[in-house]
Parts: sequence; structure tokens; C-alpha cells
Amino acid sequence: MFVTSAYAQEAAPAAAEGDTHAGTAVPAAEHEAFPPFDAKTFPSQILWLVITFGLFYLFLKRVVMPRLGGIIDVRNDRITQDLDHAARLKGEADAAVAAYEQELAEAKVNANKIGQQANDAAKAQAEGTRKKLEAELEKKLGEAEASIASIKAKAMKEVGTIAEDTTSAIVEALVGGKTDKSEIAAAVKSASR
Amino acid sequence: MAAADKVDPIHQFQIHPIIPLHIGGYDVSFTNSSLFMVATIVLASAFLYMSTASRALIPGRLQSVSEMAYEFVGNMLRDAAGKQGMQFFPLVFSLFMFVLVANLIGLFPYFFTVTSHIIVTFTLAILVIGTVVVYGFAKHGFGFLKLFVPHGVPGYLLPLVVAIEIISFVSRPVSLSVRLFANMLAGHITLKVFSGFVVSLSAFGAVGIAGSVLPLAMAVALSALELLVAFLQAYVFAVLTCMYLNDALHPSH
Repeated sequence: MFVTSAYAQEAAPAAAEGDTHAGTAVPAAEHEAFPPFDAKTFPSQILWLVITFGLFYLFLKRVVMPRLGGIIDVRNDRITQDLDHAARLKGEADAAVAAYEQELAEAKVNANKIGQQANDAAKAQAEGTRKKLEAELEKKLGEAEASIASIKAKAMKEVGTIAEDTTSAIVEALVGGKTDKSEIAAAVKSASR
Repeated sequence: MAAADKVDPIHQFQIHPIIPLHIGGYDVSFTNSSLFMVATIVLASAFLYMSTASRALIPGRLQSVSEMAYEFVGNMLRDAAGKQGMQFFPLVFSLFMFVLVANLIGLFPYFFTVTSHIIVTFTLAILVIGTVVVYGFAKHGFGFLKLFVPHGVPGYLLPLVVAIEIISFVSRPVSLSVRLFANMLAGHITLKVFSGFVVSLSAFGAVGIAGSVLPLAMAVALSALELLVAFLQAYVFAVLTCMYLNDALHPSH
């Protein structure tokens, strides 16, 4: 196959290029060592792997990972902080609602009390006024009755006099002459009895 | 030669030095593999760093991606190993990001896949198991060995069960590394083979070009699959790491 011919052609520049490959490049042993199993390259690969990987490890450990961890921690902190803030605000809102409801209830109780008091006071006042008025009316009624009684009594007394005058006048007109006042009085008295 | 190169599915895994370097007899050259390791960590670090630069409270798209990766790995570890396991978060996150970005970079044509080499994945696996063993003994002392002695096993079965537990523990780094390595290797070889078919078939004139539509469609579908595998293998590697770390934290199961 062309693989072997390629190797034959490849071997020449390799041999010319580096003394290290001289041994492997000489096509004496038909097959050149399969590169990954060529032990001659091992020390160089191990050394450079140790150097590069060591540097890489140190760089990641000292610089990159603290930075990445920091970024992620800051973000997580921020999220927790925001959630806490939200929870605190919710708590505050709940407290405000509770306080509002309590105040509303208190205000209702107060309003009822004030209304009741006003109602009671108004009732009491009305009652007082009514009683005073009633008492006054009672007094006036009593006075009126008393004055009626006295007027009536007076009138009744005067009725006798009027009757005597009338009687004497009538008697004088009918009989003529003077009439005895005492007789007429006695007659009126007996008639009105 | 260019055409021949394209159909060589192994070529992409070759390692060649860019800056030759030898220390104590070992070849530790800065290779194309090293270059892509550097590219992996630079890209991943830059992305994570820049996307989070504004530290926005409400994240943009890129910042969301970084945060998702962070929380994804964090939740994975917390679920598997509990709150105590979070001390290993930097390790697991680095492993996940490194493997993920290395896998993803490897999907670009002409780019090298760091995780397609067993030694890389094995080193990472040894790092995980080493952490488990060291932390386990440091935290629980010899109580860590209870990991190998499950509860409620009849006495005569105990030697057998303990042997099985030890074998399964020792095979963990192997299975962890081979899983990732083999997936990346096989995926890239398959992609290369199908893409190679497109080139080879096109060489046969009009009929070949018409026929090359089939492997092309296959290569497109495989690219999508490889994208999934790149993420999935990074996830599997991280999940297994979390579960092994859980053993170090709570050895008595």
C-alpha cells in the first residue's frame, strides 16, 4: 500500500531534521515505531505535560476559580437577598392589612359607642324636657282650675245678687211700691235651693 | 509526496522536535506535542479569563459557557464525592478543561492531538490515582486499605475478593488512560482514512470524484461524532476521577 511508501519518503527529512529521530527514522526495521508507543518521546511529553498542566492548574486555582465562584456566589447572594426583601415586604404588607382591619374594627366599636351615647343622651334630655313641660302644664292646669273655681264661686255669688235685683225690679214693676230687700233675698234663696 | 502524506493515517501522531533540548541524557525537546499542550492551556486559560472579565451579574454567552463548565464539574464532584470532595475541585476542573480543550483543538485539520498519546493520558491518570493514594493514606492511614475489604463478604471468600479489588484498583490508571487515548487515536485514524479515500478516489477521474462523495459524507459525519467523543471522553475522565477521589475520602464502602 501507499502507507509504506509514504513512510519511506517521510523518513528522509525526519532523519535529516533531528538527531533524536534518527534511530526511529532509519527504515532498517521495516516498521517504524508507532508514534504513541515510541518511548523516546516519553520524557519530553511527561516533562512538558507536567509544566503546562501544572501552570494551568495553578492559574485555574488561583485566578479563574475564585473569580467564577465569586460571580456565582454574588449572584446567589443577590437572589437570596431579593427573595428575603420580597418576603419582608410581603410581611410588612400583611402586617399593614392586619393593622388596618384592627383599626377598622376599633373604629366600628367606637362609632357604635358614640352613637349609643348620643342616643342615650338625647333620650335622657328629651325625657327631662318632657317631664318639665308636663310639670309646668300640670301647675298651669291646677292654677287654671283654681281660677275657674274661684270665678265660678264668685259668679255663683253674684247670681244671687242679680236674681235679687231682678226679682226686686220685677216685683216693683208688677206690684209697685217698695220691696223689702230682706224678703226678696229670702225668697230667692228658697227658690234657688 | 503531498498526496501520499495525506493518506498516511499515522503521520498525524508523529512527534518532531521544534526546539531540541537534552537534560541529563533525556530528550526533553520542545516538540509539536509540547506546542499544543501550551496552546491548550493558553486557549483554555484565555477563554476562562476573558469570558469572566466583566464579572457580569447577568452573564453573556461566553461567561455562561465558563459558568456552565464550572458548575457542571462542581455538581459532578459534589454528587460523586460529597461536600468534602470539593477540596479537589481545582484538580478535577483543570483535568476536565485540559482534556476537553486538547480534544477539541485536535479536531482541527493539521493540528496535533495531545491526548492521542498514551503517555499523556497515562500521566494524567497517574496524577489522579497518585492523588487518591496519597490523600487516602494521609487521611485514613492504614484504614485506607479497607477500600480493598468490602463489608458483608463471608470469610472464606475474602482472599479472593480482596485480590479482585486490588487488581481492579491497580487497573484503574490503565483503563482511565487507555480509554481516552484509544478513543482519540481511533477517531483520528478513522477520520484520516476516510478523508484519504476522498483524495485517492478523486485521482481516478470523473467517476472517482463522483464516488468520493460517499467517503466525504462519512468524514463529515465522523467529524460530528468526534466532536461528541471529544466532549464525552473529557466528561468520562472527569467523572471517573470524581469516583476515585470518593474512594480516597470514604474508603469503607
